[in-house]
Amino acid sequence: MTLSHFSAVLLFSLFTSIVFGITQRAEPKKMIRFAALCFAMFVVGTVAASWAMWLIKP
Amino acid sequence: MTTKVQAPEATNSKTGSSDAATPSVSPALALVAGWLVPGAGHLLLGKWIRAALLMVSIVGMFAIGIALAGKVYTPNTGEPLDMLGFAGDLGSGLLYFLARLLGWGQAPVLVAVADYGTKFIVVAGLLNIVAAVDAHSLASGRKQS
Repeated sequence: MTLSHFSAVLLFSLFTSIVFGITQRAEPKKMIRFAALCFAMFVVGTVAASWAMWLIKP
Repeated sequence: MTTKVQAPEATNSKTGSSDAATPSVSPALALVAGWLVPGAGHLLLGKWIRAALLMVSIVGMFAIGIALAGKVYTPNTGEPLDMLGFAGDLGSGLLYFLARLLGWGQAPVLVAVADYGTKFIVVAGLLNIVAAVDAHSLASGRKQS
């Protein structure tokens, strides 16, 4: 099995966000909102870190 | 001096779930079941949607890690980082023992994607521990719903 780096990020973010949403909030609506927030933060954070590494490369 | 203590409501009006319908399960049993089989702790508590989502997420992450040729850590290698990786992998419960039994994840990691696989396997174990502790909190009443 092969995955692109970005699809690996998406899968990692998806599964991790689901578990965080279920375990860190008590109500279903808040679970969904927190999971969506985690997913967005994971993906945006990874892309931002990637661009930062590209900018500071020698 | 008296203290007013509000009795817990029998029915949660926001979620529509009934506390009376929640099976009484020992917190220790929920913790151990949740560790051994991802989502089993929540399943014992009658929260089958959460159980299914947790199982799909954790087993999916573990399976993708194996499919990417990630490494499954073994104890007693003497390397501190390997010991941490082993602790993370062990969080997957029976999945870890199944992987060891079938010899999955024993090939050397040679490409970046396989290193991603190693991280997927470790994080699946850590997430399973979080889920098992959540099941324990639900069973003990520390988490309301």
